[in-house]
Amino acid sequence: MLAYIIRRILILIPTLLGVSIIVFLMLRFTPGDPAELLLGERVTEEALYEIREHLGLNEPLYVQYGLFLGRLMKGDLGETIWSRQKVWIEVKERFPATIELSIAALFISCFFGIIFGIISATRQYSIFDYLSMLGALIGVSMPIFWLGLVFMLIFSLNLGWLPISGRLSIGVDLEIITNFYILDAVLTWNWAALKDALWHIIMPAVTLSTIPMAIVARMTRSSMLEVLRQDYIKTAKAKGLSRFIVTFKHALRNALIPVVTTIGLQFGVALGGAILTETIFAWPGVGKWMFDAVMKRDYMVIQGGTLCIAALFVLINLVVDVLYAVINPRINIQ
Amino acid sequence: MLRKIVLLSVVFVFLFTGSMVAAAPKSGGTLIFGRGGDSVGLDMAYETDGNSFMIGDNIFEALVAYKDESTALEPGLAKSWDVSSDGKTYTFHLRKGVKFHDGTPFNADAAVFSIGRMMKERNVKFHGKGWKIPAQERTPEYWVSMEMDDTVGSIEATGEYTVVFNLKRVEAPFLANMGMDFASIISPTAFMKNPKEFVRNPVGTGPFKLVKWIKDDQIVLDKNKDYWDKSGGPYLDKIVFRSIPENSVRFLELKTGNIHICQFPNPADIELARKDSNLILPTQPGMNIGYLSFNHTKEPWKSNVNLRKAVAHAINSKAIVDNIYQGMGQVAKNPIPPTMWGYNEKVPGFKYDPALAKKLLTKAGFPGGKGLGEITLWSMPVPRPYNPDGQKIGVAMSADLAKVGIKAKIVSFEWGTYLKRQREQPEDMDLFQLGWTGDNGDPDNFLAVLFDGLASSSIRTQWKNEEYHKLMLQGKQTIDQAKRTEIYKKALQLIFDECPVISIAHSTVIWPAQKSVMNFKLHPTSSVRMKNVWLSK
Repeated sequence: MLAYIIRRILILIPTLLGVSIIVFLMLRFTPGDPAELLLGERVTEEALYEIREHLGLNEPLYVQYGLFLGRLMKGDLGETIWSRQKVWIEVKERFPATIELSIAALFISCFFGIIFGIISATRQYSIFDYLSMLGALIGVSMPIFWLGLVFMLIFSLNLGWLPISGRLSIGVDLEIITNFYILDAVLTWNWAALKDALWHIIMPAVTLSTIPMAIVARMTRSSMLEVLRQDYIKTAKAKGLSRFIVTFKHALRNALIPVVTTIGLQFGVALGGAILTETIFAWPGVGKWMFDAVMKRDYMVIQGGTLCIAALFVLINLVVDVLYAVINPRINIQ
Repeated sequence: MLRKIVLLSVVFVFLFTGSMVAAAPKSGGTLIFGRGGDSVGLDMAYETDGNSFMIGDNIFEALVAYKDESTALEPGLAKSWDVSSDGKTYTFHLRKGVKFHDGTPFNADAAVFSIGRMMKERNVKFHGKGWKIPAQERTPEYWVSMEMDDTVGSIEATGEYTVVFNLKRVEAPFLANMGMDFASIISPTAFMKNPKEFVRNPVGTGPFKLVKWIKDDQIVLDKNKDYWDKSGGPYLDKIVFRSIPENSVRFLELKTGNIHICQFPNPADIELARKDSNLILPTQPGMNIGYLSFNHTKEPWKSNVNLRKAVAHAINSKAIVDNIYQGMGQVAKNPIPPTMWGYNEKVPGFKYDPALAKKLLTKAGFPGGKGLGEITLWSMPVPRPYNPDGQKIGVAMSADLAKVGIKAKIVSFEWGTYLKRQREQPEDMDLFQLGWTGDNGDPDNFLAVLFDGLASSSIRTQWKNEEYHKLMLQGKQTIDQAKRTEIYKKALQLIFDECPVISIAHSTVIWPAQKSVMNFKLHPTSSVRMKNVWLSK
């Protein structure tokens, strides 16, 4: 098992190399010049040339890539074009917010998605089944942007139950250790901040969870249905085992395999799709930052940020693969 | 009777002083400002975005300052200045007793350091020990794009509180430039301690100082209790600048009282704000211009004045301002806003007159638009302060042109591409939308930068007119304000006579606020100054 994990981690290297080349080339061949965007309407030839010199953009492509790769080997993602700060530091400051939001969204979507899926499968063709699958369809179809604003109107403006935007209320003091506010609040025994942070994450997390929840629900349902038709389930029922044990001990463990795969992929989608949620809820994460970087052609941010997200994605899927073996020891992942 | 008079006078006196007492600023409180994005960096020499300048406006000061709600100049960190008769030597006499936020003293050497570090060749002389200014890590963008290296020859601290700028050429806007954000005075000690980190740990002399910066979330400023100017503010204890990217969400936070001021709400929300008795609407005519210009490198636009004027009379600017600017703007008659000196009231602007447009088209040799073919109308893809919706405006303009027989195709690119390609004056560009927000309130900043094609090939409107070019040079080289006013008025008349560009609108800035926010005034240069702002509750 350990060897397997180490092998998978080593595969990160060629994967990230491939990602870096693709992103690098795509950026350089996309029209739009970061120096031009930096200056906006007030450009002069001289200023343009100077900035491009400073950024190394006048060098041939292979030199630029070589420099980038060289820095990367030393663990240096370079400096952003717009704020001249180390890309790694900028990523570090924003990633925890996005990961916290994605984990919360994934937790909500898994919890409710799996439960709805199980109930739908075990009560196939019942009213519950139809309603929950209809709900899934609606969830997948509703634009996150609109949904977020509607939640705000109902729960913040009209009912006043939840805060509108941001991660923490102004005036709530929290000592930042990991930049995962919920974790930091627990670590510092700051219960007022914990409540405030939880209250702030509810709406964006629920908004972000609607699409994965729908997908997880459907996946669970169809996977369970297939498993429930298997002979060994009939055997288990014939043995007189309770419905609960049949469903959860025997059926679910096998049904979860494809669902866990989906969840791994959904985490990647959540990381990327957090852009809209982060924009509406003023959530200071990586999503909106990367989107702005693309608009401004901040090459260094896009390259560095993409590599970090790609690395995280690969690691999450490694966790997923290891989980297979945990769920069902008979699966030989070698 | 006498008793009645005395009684009434006493009552009046009480009312008068009572109302004055009610208007006296209260110290304390935390003001929360909701804005659309975070600052990029806090070293003003290197920043180009409004959100960075917004913070700089409060933690830094420059030698020269802009008066409230005006672009007229008043003493800043320099209490007075002299200009030599040949206009090439500026001597600034600095205030004494001013300290930076880190306790180090402000003096001539600090001024020399702050401005000298932007020069390519550091021809600077310190009065005391001075510092060895580190090499530039980046291009100081405003300094370079305003060609300050061609203007400033050397900077000398001739006394502990006297700085002399020796210019290479006469440049009348120089004084106004010294009031801009890039000319902010920084603490050399703080900079030298860690040059790379200064952009996130700025130290200035301003009424507020930086306390906390959570990226893309908030910047927190604390009152500078040792601020040198005791005649007024700062009154607020703390200011929190919150980044809330979505306009409607930002306005929601204002309505629910979670923030005090809302930057750039959606125009539709302005109407809601007007109806809300808890909100006030600080308003300011923007120091900007949205225009429609021509590709002067190709015919027929280059030589056919009648054709250009025909297009000008065909466009219904008022309808565009009413419907697309949603009233948050005014029709432009000149390419500089009426709040700027040098504005020419005698210029009538191009009235919307399709009949006249058709007549001029015929005079131009294109009766009913025949022979012109389909022209391209480049429309902006992103909202800017001077243009809220380039695509919609493009559609409106194209419909206006169709009415007189001109077929215009709307063309757009992604913003970076749009800016780059427009500058190249490509063959496939006929008309293009663009605009400008003024930097320093000097007409040169609009008229020379935007329309003097003979000055440089990167000027966006490549209009090559000898007389205009002469006027622009004269404007730069004349120091006397009254004479400069006449020069620019002449230039504006020439623009009307030759129609190298069609001025569409100046936008109006309205940032709704809680009514507890007192003395918040919008500034024409878009700077956000919190020094004299206080909260009534």
